Amino acid sequence: MRYRIVHKTEYFYGITVSQCHNLAHLRPRNLPAQQCLGHRLEIDPLPMDLAEHEDFFGNHVSYFSIQQPHQTLTVTATSEIQLDSGNNQLVLDKDIPWDEVRDKLAEPFTDITRENRQFVLDSPLATTSPELADYAAASFPPGRPLLEAVQDLMERVHHEFTYDPEFSTVTTPLAEVLTRRRGVCQDFAHLSVACLRSLGLAARYVSGYLETLPPPGQSKQPGADESHAWFSVYLPDAGWHDFDPTNNRVPLDQHITTAWGRDYADVTPVKGVIFGGNPDHRPQVSVDMERLPESPSTGLR
Amino acid sequence: MTDPQAINSPAHNAACPTYRQAVTGYDEMCTRQGKVRKHWRYLNSALNTMGPEVLQQRQRDTVRMLRSDGATYNVYGTADGLNRTWPLDPVPLLVSSSEWAGIEAGLAQRAELLNLILSDLYGSRKLIRKSLLPPDLVYGDPGFQRPCVISPPASAPGLSLYAADLVRCADGHFRVLKDRTQAPSGMGYALENRTVMSRLIPSLFRDSHPHRLAPFFRRLRESLAALAPATGGDDPRVVIMTPGPHNETYFEHLYLSNYLDYTLIEGANLTVRNGRVWLKSVSGLEPVDVILRRVDDYYCDPLELRPDSLLGVPGLVEVARRGRVAIANPLGAGILESPGLMAFLPRLAKHLLGQELRLPSVATWWCGQPLELDYVLANLSSLVVRPINRTISARPVFGDQLDQAGLAAWRERIRKHPHQYVGQERLAPSSAPALREGLLEPRQGIVRTFLAAGQDSFVVMPGGLTRVGEKPESRIISNQAGAVSKDTWVLASEPEQIDTLLPQGQAAYPQMKETLPGVAAENLFWLARYAERAENMIRLIRTIHHRRNETLQLGDPVYQATLGMLLQGLTHMSMTYPGFTGGGGDKRLAEPQTELIDLIRNQRRPGTLAANLAAFLDAAYAVRNLVSADTRRVFNDIGDELAGLAREEHSDLQLLQDTQDRIITALMAIAGATSESMSRELGWHFLNLGRRIERALLLIALLRAVLTTRVAPETELLLLESVLTVAESFTLYRRRFRNRPQLEVALDLLLLDETNARSLIYQLNATRQHLDVLPGQDNRPYKREMKLVIEATTLLNLANAEELAEPDADFRPRLETLLAGLGQSLGDTSNALTTTYFTHAERPYQLVDDEA
Repeated sequence: MRYRIVHKTEYFYGITVSQCHNLAHLRPRNLPAQQCLGHRLEIDPLPMDLAEHEDFFGNHVSYFSIQQPHQTLTVTATSEIQLDSGNNQLVLDKDIPWDEVRDKLAEPFTDITRENRQFVLDSPLATTSPELADYAAASFPPGRPLLEAVQDLMERVHHEFTYDPEFSTVTTPLAEVLTRRRGVCQDFAHLSVACLRSLGLAARYVSGYLETLPPPGQSKQPGADESHAWFSVYLPDAGWHDFDPTNNRVPLDQHITTAWGRDYADVTPVKGVIFGGNPDHRPQVSVDMERLPESPSTGLR
Repeated sequence: MTDPQAINSPAHNAACPTYRQAVTGYDEMCTRQGKVRKHWRYLNSALNTMGPEVLQQRQRDTVRMLRSDGATYNVYGTADGLNRTWPLDPVPLLVSSSEWAGIEAGLAQRAELLNLILSDLYGSRKLIRKSLLPPDLVYGDPGFQRPCVISPPASAPGLSLYAADLVRCADGHFRVLKDRTQAPSGMGYALENRTVMSRLIPSLFRDSHPHRLAPFFRRLRESLAALAPATGGDDPRVVIMTPGPHNETYFEHLYLSNYLDYTLIEGANLTVRNGRVWLKSVSGLEPVDVILRRVDDYYCDPLELRPDSLLGVPGLVEVARRGRVAIANPLGAGILESPGLMAFLPRLAKHLLGQELRLPSVATWWCGQPLELDYVLANLSSLVVRPINRTISARPVFGDQLDQAGLAAWRERIRKHPHQYVGQERLAPSSAPALREGLLEPRQGIVRTFLAAGQDSFVVMPGGLTRVGEKPESRIISNQAGAVSKDTWVLASEPEQIDTLLPQGQAAYPQMKETLPGVAAENLFWLARYAERAENMIRLIRTIHHRRNETLQLGDPVYQATLGMLLQGLTHMSMTYPGFTGGGGDKRLAEPQTELIDLIRNQRRPGTLAANLAAFLDAAYAVRNLVSADTRRVFNDIGDELAGLAREEHSDLQLLQDTQDRIITALMAIAGATSESMSRELGWHFLNLGRRIERALLLIALLRAVLTTRVAPETELLLLESVLTVAESFTLYRRRFRNRPQLEVALDLLLLDETNARSLIYQLNATRQHLDVLPGQDNRPYKREMKLVIEATTLLNLANAEELAEPDADFRPRLETLLAGLGQSLGDTSNALTTTYFTHAERPYQLVDDEA
């Protein structure tokens, strides 16, 4: 399946900003089942400086700076993505007991540990706690295969937590999300990541997009899609496996991965520092995800 | 003085009769048998010869010299923490050349090793891949800065500077206690110590032949210049980036900036544009090629590192990533300060250098490994626990100082996050003789050593900063904990060539274009404004004091009325409302004593004399490298007077008068010193702009408060006398006019007389002249500040004293209108100057990003 995604972020500062410096994680990664066929970043006003580099996790990052006075900033990322669904199946036959995975991740100096220990350790926004371990425990009886247990955890988060955009901000602590049992996709992803880390497992935060389909018979509203977040867990010899607790699905053919890291702070879609005053406005974000007709020569344009 | 040749005679083998060497551990001066070690004999016998009284005098001299150099150290969290005089013990620590050679080789090897580790960790991380370093030690350390990783791996920039704290243990061998790699402090203090010592005991210093420090600093300069990217050209600009005057080692930042001839700036004075770093100077943006930073890693860039930092420069990481600015040390170097790394250095030395580690670290068990964790938990009561990063917890924990509950709590804490802690052997540092009340006593000490990257290898400063505990039982030897510093002499076998940073027979460095950072200009401007405020306030209070005495003696209602208006004038001029005006003003007018004393002493109330002096000293502290040594000495005196005001329970205005007289003398001395010995560069003009604008504003405030209302002729006469006195024009008036003051004549003298250095027109003309030479003022259209001053000058020139004096019923509307307008213009001028030249005031804000 091919998609075109238009991700627009608009800031209305309400003040005159003399300069700004920004970082954007907006270009989707290339993965075995996902090719980024094209990507364009449009910034208004025109930045004096724009450069792309690869970050520590292999994500694409754009740095840009605007050096003239401005009151609004619009960042529009347009990406064309080829998603192959056939080879993107949850490989349950390689599943092994989660406690075995935990022990493997605790061994010093193995290939597995070297690559993945950093996703077992705390990160600023996904910090382990006994409470999170307690919450996760119900899904992780001794000997249960890892992916099965994680799927159960995902289902529980989906059913036991209320999706509530009014409740949280990026800084809402996980302890509060846990006690109040509500939040948004970011919170559910962070909570799941921290639960898994509390058990000694390796988990990372994934940022990307999810196609939303309109109810049958209706056409899609522009901007109805969202930038989205879910999590991924590491299974030795079988790699990373994604889970989306917000939608209670294993991301297969409608999730597009932009970037991954230890938590949101590593992969924030757009962040920045401005001079001129304290802006009291949240950005307006809209995402349009459109299916494109399949071209005969897959993606080589 | 003792003959150096005679020092090997048995008589000189004995220590000072009063020196009792330390009971345990190694004594730097004496052997176990009580014999003075060979390299100490000369110093020991010289100290013996001097005797306690001379030594005590030397100690007092030390304090005086350090104070007059402005050598301070800021201790956090105490009332008098800012500007505490740097403590220096006049007895140096001696190290023999032969022993130093071994230390030097060990340090150079260690720096090389850390340098290779740094390049690896921020490059390909082979050390983790090859199982030479455990991943948790790196990835679990908040000091590992992922944004600073070069990806794909290329050659990451290396260390330019390195400092190591050394301890000599009971076995006589040195061990490394700490590695400092982000922004090592102390080399400036070491240099200041050396400068003071060479003045304090010149002949002893000369005859002892300590290795000189200047060549090290020259190497450092060369090394920093070599870091500059190609864009820097032949004459790259190096700046020192400081967290600001409240940082504990700010003195050193100033000192190094002077000595190395680099501009000292705060992060807010730098900006990133077009992929480069620029210095915001009063002349515009100037490119920066190399930053010698004294700011820790995560504070350096709020965009990519710590978001709430106001000390950094947004975009700095990106410019460094592109190699268009060099930062010494590179951002992320803090990871090397992890004590956890010490446990792996012997292995890494073999792998990376093919050598044994020459200079061992303090024995370290990193708890991220099961066996080591068990060992630390089992032996906690005899070990020292340190976090791998200072952000985890600040202080080391001594197991033997914990009770059972404390031990249990720490075991729990370590078990929870084992990779975040190390256990270390508790070292008993060697003792060296330190001077206490004229007598030598042993104190345990550590030596901080410094290295700079040379072309092929690291160069070691031959000497260092020794610190000894304040008391014999002091455990933590740090300046925050009250330690005392010592100069460290590596004794050369023969005298060295005198060698300062200035090459002989030629100009020191190519003459550089003057750079005045906006923040320095602003501090000079406000320094003068606060000084002027303080000075005026003292004059007015003094006049009030005299009038009050007359009132009390004569009981004349005329005096009473005059006094009331002057008191209200004081409130208006200092803007300390309500004061003698508004609600409750009558009561305070009747009994002014309490309010007056508060206006003098209360440092926490804005507008008081004490508050103005405190603000003055803050500004003075920030610019003291721009003024002469004598001026700095006067700053110190004013600091003492202010401290005196706060300390003593003054309730007597008469006594306070003496203090104020001393303060005004000191302020006059500063005005004189800056006018006589400050070079006529940009800073001088900003200082004078502040002085002129403030003087004008204060005169306007005073005249509006006391002369715009019509009063009885007798009262008016007394008021005029008082105003002329406060405005330092009474003598001139009497000399010129030889009669009792008349309003028109007085107004003419105070407002319009261009020859009166205290008149308003004089201030405006002077303001215009200073503005004229500032960068960017010669182009038309004029900038706002210039327009305002031209307008104000014209308005004043068109005024006429007779018309101004003309009353309308009981009010002088023309005078009031003119003064109000001029006051407004001058206030606006100050704001316009701020916008044009001091733009650093703009602080960065994070963009809120909050999406589902």
